[in-house]
Amino acid sequence: MQIQDFFRYTFNGIRAQRLRSFLTALGIAVGIGAVVLLTSLGEGLHHFVLGEFTQFGTNLIAINPGKITTHGVSGALLSNVRPLTLEDSASLKQLPQILDVVSVVQGNGAIEAGTHQRRATIYGVDASAARVWKFGVAAGRFLPDDPPRSARSFVVLGSKVRKELFGNNQALGERIRIGGELFRVIGSMKSKGQMLGFDLDDAVYIPAAKAMALFNRESLMEIDLLHSAGSSSSAVAEKVKKALQARHGKEDFTITTQEKMLEILGGVLNTLTIAVGALGGISLLVGGVGILTIMSITVNERTGEIGLLRAMGVERNQILVLFLGEAVILAAIGGLAGLVIGVCGSWLFSLIVPALPAHISWVYVASAELLAAFVGLLAGVLPARRAAGLHPVEALRAE
Amino acid sequence: MINLQHIERVFQVGDEEVHALRDVSMTATGGEYIAIMGPSGSGKSSLLNILGLLDRPDSGSYELDGTRVSELDEKEQARIRRHKIGFVFQFFHLVPRLTAFVNIALPLMLSGMKQAERQERVTTALAAFGLANRAQHRPDQLSGGQRQRVAIARATIMQPTVILADEPTGNLDRNAGIEVVEILEELNRQEITLIIVTHDPELGKRARRQILMVDGRIEDDR
Repeated sequence: MQIQDFFRYTFNGIRAQRLRSFLTALGIAVGIGAVVLLTSLGEGLHHFVLGEFTQFGTNLIAINPGKITTHGVSGALLSNVRPLTLEDSASLKQLPQILDVVSVVQGNGAIEAGTHQRRATIYGVDASAARVWKFGVAAGRFLPDDPPRSARSFVVLGSKVRKELFGNNQALGERIRIGGELFRVIGSMKSKGQMLGFDLDDAVYIPAAKAMALFNRESLMEIDLLHSAGSSSSAVAEKVKKALQARHGKEDFTITTQEKMLEILGGVLNTLTIAVGALGGISLLVGGVGILTIMSITVNERTGEIGLLRAMGVERNQILVLFLGEAVILAAIGGLAGLVIGVCGSWLFSLIVPALPAHISWVYVASAELLAAFVGLLAGVLPARRAAGLHPVEALRAE
Repeated sequence: MINLQHIERVFQVGDEEVHALRDVSMTATGGEYIAIMGPSGSGKSSLLNILGLLDRPDSGSYELDGTRVSELDEKEQARIRRHKIGFVFQFFHLVPRLTAFVNIALPLMLSGMKQAERQERVTTALAAFGLANRAQHRPDQLSGGQRQRVAIARATIMQPTVILADEPTGNLDRNAGIEVVEILEELNRQEITLIIVTHDPELGKRARRQILMVDGRIEDDR
């Protein structure tokens, strides 16, 4: 049988029962549509969350005091832990492949400008913070590269703090009070938005040493390292670990590479995408049952035709292929309609919720269509086998 | 050339064994015109099914044109049916969703002939059976006689050596029945072996040879 005749014959069978075929294909269409839409949302979420994390750059390594072990108490709570210091920070900067180092101290405090007051997050950082975290300066400049221990009392305002304290007035050069101490405003930042609930705009940035004094701390809360793009995170992390171990005498700190974090996060999000895809798969399963039902009915109705085909010299296997083909084509048509539903649905979703854009992954789309055909194949096997197994004499008698 | 030797066919119906064919032997030369007659349940349809390779005998041998077809596997039997045997049924067995044209073309299509080659052959057949203006009609738009003519056109489109007709006029009025028989007899004159199963004595009498079956045996053959 010529391939075009095969299609003509099976399509004809499908067309002969328009409404029934339409409803059956619809079942598959809904299933595929759900798979495509849900995986698109999953992928969208994936991109969104990873975007949130990578907005600080991807070649980051964070060092926190205390060794996190799988058992026992965090080392940070033990008194013999040597805290991270500005000197540690300075020494790490000498390592090869390390481009920048940010010493971080963080806390909350009241910020006063004239009669306005606001409580906001206070970040004690280095001049390098804007580069490492990829912050944009809206006006003025970021903190100057002063020697860490004798940094001047300058402050850079997050966009929200600037707006709340100064409104439309000029902020540059103004003096504000942070925790009772005077700082001169030398710049304000562009809006960076929220990052998983932390409002980075509702914050001020002052030199790390000033923040340590302000919060009455001896040590840093974190050191962030930016390494060169070409070098591997884990290799650099290993060097950092050795260098810091040499200074501290033992490993009383935790190194987290951005790469590792993204890897774990990516894994979690992928699982999520697959899980929601599987939810859609359930409706696909229902669609498959629909095909099974309809094909069984079709075989019953066409028993006489099957007998005729056998009498005309059609082999058992050809009968099998004809009916399998019909099931697969029916499912594939439904699958295509489902792709259209899914793609339009995610496009609509992107219009309605632009913050969380659905991301259509064509790999998922292609596999969804293959899946539809496969479901058709599976659903078709039973009825097609029954058709092929019919005795020609019995089948001919059916009409 | 047909040669049946000692054909037995037993069906299991519930607990009972029904002997549909008992030690049936017969030969037929090419171009013969045979009517198989007998009361219902006499085994005439069973014999036709064996002759048409739709059913296998429990024992005995069947030779068709020098080949022991009873020994062949399903695939090879299908090939023989395709090329050597044409069936005409009482209830026509046309595919209701296909036009007369496609119904006639079906055997060619299933055997893999290209559309362009089919076109001419089917058109010729349509004209020969007086169906030229019915090509695009579906079976439900045709009269009984026209339907059976489509069925005969389909049965002969592969140029078989044998036509097996099971009560070909059983579902037709008298005039249409005569018309159909005349068509079959015309085909027989073109050296196609014609075997008709019927319980209509009038139709049986037209054949040059009548085989009477009773209770699974050939009772009379003349």
